[in-house]
Amino acid sequence: MAITLEDPRVIEFDVRTDEMLVNMGPQHPSTHGVLRLLLRTDGEVIYEVTPHIGYLHRCAEKIGENLSTPQWIPYTDRMDYLAGMNMNLGLALAVEKLVGMEVPEKAMVLRVIIAELNRIASHLVGMGAYGLDLGSFSPFLYAFREREIILDLFEEACGARLTYSYITIGGLTHDVPASITIPSGLAALTRRSPNLKLSWLEALEMFLSWLEPRILEYHTLLTENAIFIKRTAAIGVLSREKAISYGCTGPVLRGSGVDHDLRRDGEKIYTRMYEGYNFEVPVAPFKKAPPEAILGDNWCRFYVRMMEVVQSIKLIRQGIQKYAKAEGTYRVPYKMTTKLPVAEAYLETECPRGQMGFYIVGNGEDKPLRARAKSSCFCNLSVTSELCQGCLIADIPAIVGSLDIVMGEIDR
Amino acid sequence: MSPADIHQQLVRQFGDKITGANVTALDPWVEVAPAAIVEVSTYLRDDPALLFDALNDLCAVDYFEPDAKKAAKFAHQPHIEVVYHLYSYTLKHHLKVKVKSPRWLNDQAGELPEIPTVSKVWLIADWHEREAYDLMGITFTNHPNLRRILCPEDWEGHALRKDYDFPLEYHGIRGQ
Repeated sequence: MAITLEDPRVIEFDVRTDEMLVNMGPQHPSTHGVLRLLLRTDGEVIYEVTPHIGYLHRCAEKIGENLSTPQWIPYTDRMDYLAGMNMNLGLALAVEKLVGMEVPEKAMVLRVIIAELNRIASHLVGMGAYGLDLGSFSPFLYAFREREIILDLFEEACGARLTYSYITIGGLTHDVPASITIPSGLAALTRRSPNLKLSWLEALEMFLSWLEPRILEYHTLLTENAIFIKRTAAIGVLSREKAISYGCTGPVLRGSGVDHDLRRDGEKIYTRMYEGYNFEVPVAPFKKAPPEAILGDNWCRFYVRMMEVVQSIKLIRQGIQKYAKAEGTYRVPYKMTTKLPVAEAYLETECPRGQMGFYIVGNGEDKPLRARAKSSCFCNLSVTSELCQGCLIADIPAIVGSLDIVMGEIDR
Repeated sequence: MSPADIHQQLVRQFGDKITGANVTALDPWVEVAPAAIVEVSTYLRDDPALLFDALNDLCAVDYFEPDAKKAAKFAHQPHIEVVYHLYSYTLKHHLKVKVKSPRWLNDQAGELPEIPTVSKVWLIADWHEREAYDLMGITFTNHPNLRRILCPEDWEGHALRKDYDFPLEYHGIRGQ
């Protein structure tokens, strides 16, 4: 970030103090997990940031080589544990691409509903935790209240609240339930009887109509909040060229003004899921941006996420309409011991945090020769040292938070 | 541009430095001689007809079967491949580039093979190459900062190699 003469920080350069090494993490609350940042500072100004990662490393890729691909699905849940469904989907599609498998229409509709619902849950955590980083406590509580209902709905659908393994090769493990008792959280929020029976999709629709007006409240709480704008606008500016060269994807890339979303621009096997859906891809710059905001700063990255929640709601609504008419079944069987062909396939999907890629090399056996998971957060995090140069120590949580990283996915 | 056209253009430009291709595979790929990878990558990034501005993924694959009984049926010669998945945001096309290398430098077990770094071409390659060094044991020559990234610095061996021995002990913590 350029420092001009009018900038009060110039004084820091006049009074040259000794350089100091500051360890931020791995237990620092604002680093979103076990990330250690080694800062070289002169007073309050950062000269250099070195991220140290690997505290959660489990070598999931080696595990994947010793398991057949359906057995590896539960391990993908533990990569980006805030968006387990999207991780499952990425691996399932990569294997389907490798073996040349077609998924029935009903399974595709369900996958869209489930993946977009998980995207909302993930962005809610991203939003709430970002507010928390910047000292605003209330949005966090609201975000988790909403996310709780989504987790209740996932629990009704597949039994798990965090590590789902719901989307599997060939479709999904179950169809969504035809009749459930309303989740207690949803009943309390919408003031319904706690014994109300309804179908899972009706409960989902009820939740969406409750969530939609709340998004305006989040904008009032965070996006339009003067303190929030001061902390985010024109800080951590990432240019379009740097974003591409550093391999940034997802909201980080779109916040820098690159109009690219794999749901629209991806490979056929992935985009055909979204055919016939009407949705927009939010890309910076925004008309509603405050005058202080610059293309590619923290504020833009945050706002892309907020707008994606609106689009996901729209996608789920269309999915619910399509589900009634969808043909086929929720799953075509895929045996645990199916032998993979001697070929290789790489597929990227649009996960909430960016493009997650799975690269499977088959070798005529059920276990792959190589199972590679390319993490989006890994690439997004690598840009930190570039973004943090010349900023203040207090800006680091604002910059790292705006990248919205999950360490489980970075370290794998 | 279709993968076959890209391959033709690369062959015209670089001749026998392009050592192979499969343009009909699921993800069409072009194989490049290790010594020419920096030159070819720079061309792939800058040529107006190609413009591969993004490196989506860089990873290494170990083609080796440690089990002697299965080795006879193994479809590949033992070698290591570094795979570059490229994408162009401007022209919206994909390409996979492969570089083959022996498993060990000069066939001396324990000597890491060497491949030139592309971290000057795509900035993200810096971290991906550190990961490939850490887990697969490939020295990327001229890399600005080739340290382990996921494992601790005093870790022994490279976990994704097929003949990796699982450690029994690390700083007093017992393994299997």
